[in-house]
Amino acid sequence: MSPTPAQSGQPAQPGTIVAGFLAPHPPHLVYAENPPQNEPRSEGGWEVLRWGYEQVRQRLESLAFDTIVVHSPHWKTVTGHHLLGVPRFRSLSVDPIFPNLFRYHYDLSVDVELAEAIAAEGADAGLVTELMRNPDFRVDYGTIVSCHLARPQWDRPIVGISSNRAYFSFSNEVGEQEMLALGRATRRAIERTGRRAVLLASNSLSHRHFTSEPAVPEDMTAEHPYSHNQYRWDMHVIELMRKGRCRQLLDEMPDFIEQATSECKDGSLTWLLGALGVPDYPATVHAYGTVIGTGNAVVEWLPPDPAPGVAAPGVAAPSVNAVGGAA
Amino acid sequence: MSAPGSVVLGLIVPGLPHPLLAPDASPHWRRIRDAYDQAAARVRQAVEQDGADLLVLYSTQWMSVIGHQVQADPQPVWTHVDPEFHALGSMSYKLRMDADYAAAYAAAARARGLSCRTVAWPGFPIDTGTVVALSLLNPDNRLPATTTSCNMYADRGETVVLAKAARDAIVQGGRRAIAVAVTSLSARMHTRPVAPADDHLSSPKDEEWNQKLLEILSEGRLEDVAQLARTVAHQAHADQKMKAIWWLSALMDQGNRLRGTVHGYGPLWGTGAALVSLAPAATEHGQHEFDEDGVERFLGDAEVLQAPTARAPGGAPGAPAMERGLGRAGPSEVPPSVHVPAPARATAPARPSSAIPTGAIHTDTAPRPVGAYPHARRVGDLLYLSGVGPRQPGTDAIPGGPIRDAQGNPLSYDIVAQTRACIENVRRILEAAGSSLDRVLDVTAFLVDMDRDFAGYNQVYGEVFASVGATRTTLAVRALPTPIAVELKVIAAAGDVDVQKLATGG
Repeated sequence: MSPTPAQSGQPAQPGTIVAGFLAPHPPHLVYAENPPQNEPRSEGGWEVLRWGYEQVRQRLESLAFDTIVVHSPHWKTVTGHHLLGVPRFRSLSVDPIFPNLFRYHYDLSVDVELAEAIAAEGADAGLVTELMRNPDFRVDYGTIVSCHLARPQWDRPIVGISSNRAYFSFSNEVGEQEMLALGRATRRAIERTGRRAVLLASNSLSHRHFTSEPAVPEDMTAEHPYSHNQYRWDMHVIELMRKGRCRQLLDEMPDFIEQATSECKDGSLTWLLGALGVPDYPATVHAYGTVIGTGNAVVEWLPPDPAPGVAAPGVAAPSVNAVGGAA
Repeated sequence: MSAPGSVVLGLIVPGLPHPLLAPDASPHWRRIRDAYDQAAARVRQAVEQDGADLLVLYSTQWMSVIGHQVQADPQPVWTHVDPEFHALGSMSYKLRMDADYAAAYAAAARARGLSCRTVAWPGFPIDTGTVVALSLLNPDNRLPATTTSCNMYADRGETVVLAKAARDAIVQGGRRAIAVAVTSLSARMHTRPVAPADDHLSSPKDEEWNQKLLEILSEGRLEDVAQLARTVAHQAHADQKMKAIWWLSALMDQGNRLRGTVHGYGPLWGTGAALVSLAPAATEHGQHEFDEDGVERFLGDAEVLQAPTARAPGGAPGAPAMERGLGRAGPSEVPPSVHVPAPARATAPARPSSAIPTGAIHTDTAPRPVGAYPHARRVGDLLYLSGVGPRQPGTDAIPGGPIRDAQGNPLSYDIVAQTRACIENVRRILEAAGSSLDRVLDVTAFLVDMDRDFAGYNQVYGEVFASVGATRTTLAVRALPTPIAVELKVIAAAGDVDVQKLATGG
């Protein structure tokens, strides 16, 4: 486990977000990979998305970072934003929707100090925040899937943030403002604690599912976008990311959520864009693919002027990929 | 003692953990706990007086996407923590589930056209609502139970059919069931913390509707409440569109012939929590003509998202999210060149040929043949099934009873149960052959007593095949090889065949 700079008082230098990723959480991708932690076995499937995650893994090998902050749609809370607040969790995660695909034995550590700092910054900004201190708590499968796919070694502590239901309790517009504020609070906490953080926004794009699955779940002949409309919206949104037009993306987000039944309604991507200061630089799209009809993109934002020491010695940056241009 | 194969009691109970974990932190939560204790006493009464032997739950807190799921782990064990109310503490449970009933429930749901499966994996995350309800209603695991998921896309039709499948399995097993809808009335929680003692309904509109619903429920008018579900969902914060009420009412015969008792009502973290019991009654409240009638079989997704009435980004036509009233565009916005998809499909899509058996087909999932013949044979695009009776695979038991004893003396039997079992066996054989009931093209039915049995047989046949559109011939015969009253002979399209192309010769 890497040491965290702020563990012994004030950081020597301000922390920073070294990279942010749209890192969706279909359990199918873990199932398809057959890691030892997951009980079910598969014949593969969803390769393009998994190749995209390989690019993420390579990128993280090239970065010096000490914590992963993940915002997950599958930890749903109404009264405020909750953060994991126990140093270690070890248990079995069974997906309540796809238990046939995902029964994963996890063992993870939490950067509690950073979680507390995010909660405090959020509260200062007027948000309701709460630390989750119950050691019996089962970490949601969205958090586990995204973290596994990005960093299967589990060698960095994480900060897990719940998905507040502000979009559902009020409106898409109110939810967006809430998540942007949480993103800014996250950034301030990272800077204040001296962390070098990687951020994962664990939501898919279009999100209407098929309501049946093939007898062999990884039968790729059954996989395609739920509708042409969903696909068109996904491509539009991805194009905005590739061109660095995230302000426009946020402007259009409420429509995207409604028209494409987007999982962005759970707020993860907006939180990430808020933390990154609403990027005006191009994102790298590592992959796009559908999972049981929903649209999923693996996307990277690498802030253009990170603090010194970005590249770890002897580790090459990922190569150019076919979908998203130069990495 | 109530009759076997019936629902002896219905309950509406809330699923938030406060009355279980912190009843004394708030007078409001205490009131709900007291009401829960009254409901638990009512459950014990149903066991002792009515012979209740099963709890069947539907929980709005267990969301599913792939159809519905039914819990079938005989003894799930875990220490559960609610994702929102983790500060209230942990809930350790060891529950007792009825795996056989769960399997029958899921099979009946599939027979009615639903996608449904059982789940029995160790560590499966049983939802807070189910844990709370079973912990408080059935603390000693006196009754076996099962619980059902709430499909996030299901609307009324799918939910009503699911409930009828639950009832099919109750009838088939001769059970005396207590049906439990785990749901809030209004479901809007506080978005900012409140002191437990100051808990209150988060919305006056919710409070108004909750009171209306409780007034109606206290008169036993459950189906009247179910008929109001869409209105309530528009005007207040109904819990999952009141699907649990649709389910409960359909399971209790979709009528108002009930006695209602409101055991308690109050706020739980802003939601409207009510405990209501509903017992079968001899008389019905009024003569009602309901706006929404019963549904017997699920015909598949409506594919509403495929309607070409909304726009993708940039103004090009695309498919809207219409189911929730989202993104509708007026007819004038639809360009003339828009592709109009086929209407909702009742037939399952063709499967890849590699997964389909060919030639003679035998299966252990159907009753063994009584002669030298396979269960089915594929010739070209068609499956020809041998005559299928109601005998049960493995045991040869005849649901509804045999028509005569070993000495040839006539016995009373249930043609409805026999016909249902026949169709279930047909389904098993078709699925073993890679096909399905909705691909049936032609049925020949044999009855040993046309005068006595046609009505019952015809009713069950209609429940399953009305939407399929197969041709049918019904014949009276003097006898069948085993003491059964009905047998079906079926021709179906193979599973890898496009039925529409088959019909048009394409």
